[in-house]
Amino acid sequence: MQRRDFLTILAGAAATAFMLPIHALAAVWNKAAFEAAKLNEATAHLAINGEIPSKDIEIIAPDRAENGAIVQIAITSRIPNTEAMSVLVEHNPTALIGNFMFSNGALPYLVTRIKMAETSYVKIIVKAGEKYYTNSKAVEVLENGCG
Amino acid sequence: MKMRAKLTGDVTEVKVIINHPMETGRRKDDAGQLIPAYFIQLVTATLNDQPVLEMQWGTGISKNPYLTFHLKGAKAGDKITVTWHDNLGKTASGETAVVPA
Repeated sequence: MQRRDFLTILAGAAATAFMLPIHALAAVWNKAAFEAAKLNEATAHLAINGEIPSKDIEIIAPDRAENGAIVQIAITSRIPNTEAMSVLVEHNPTALIGNFMFSNGALPYLVTRIKMAETSYVKIIVKAGEKYYTNSKAVEVLENGCG
Repeated sequence: MKMRAKLTGDVTEVKVIINHPMETGRRKDDAGQLIPAYFIQLVTATLNDQPVLEMQWGTGISKNPYLTFHLKGAKAGDKITVTWHDNLGKTASGETAVVPA
């Protein structure tokens, strides 16, 4: 094997390990994505690209949240074959809140409570097949909930 | 952990509350010392031991995490289990049976 080939393979393997797509084995916690400060860095580490805006992702969240420590969100995807959802908050110290992967009859619906440091968009990215879709909802935060 | 699973029609609504501080690692205590990060990273929900919802969480999930999810095709008496693992290596499970609403 030529040295150059070996280096290419090595680089490829490193990139694969570094960018775990959101449907990747759930037993692996995506450290790079969760520790990324910026939203676009987090999505890059999730290997998400070219997400298509979609109104078929419904986000129910308050317009104004008194306390950013507990902001309840409900997400429904009406996109066929939804496999996974990622929840991100652009202006949090780390943008990625969580990845949720559905299988075996779980419907693409979720209610959870998240922390928000300040007024921001809550961005949802849905994976369906090999495509990504996104929708956002603005939430005004009156009290920092990230401590 | 508190869990409830109610069947209406062919959809089972599962509600879960986990007791966990979900410390971000950025908060300070009264003495001004940083409280170390302490949060759940992985959560798996199963229906009769088959995975239905697999989650990776960061520090942005609120203290005492709350979750609702919906399952199609579960029957009364089916077993739902939720297991979590945190960044300090602790783990716990909860179990409930599907009941008609």
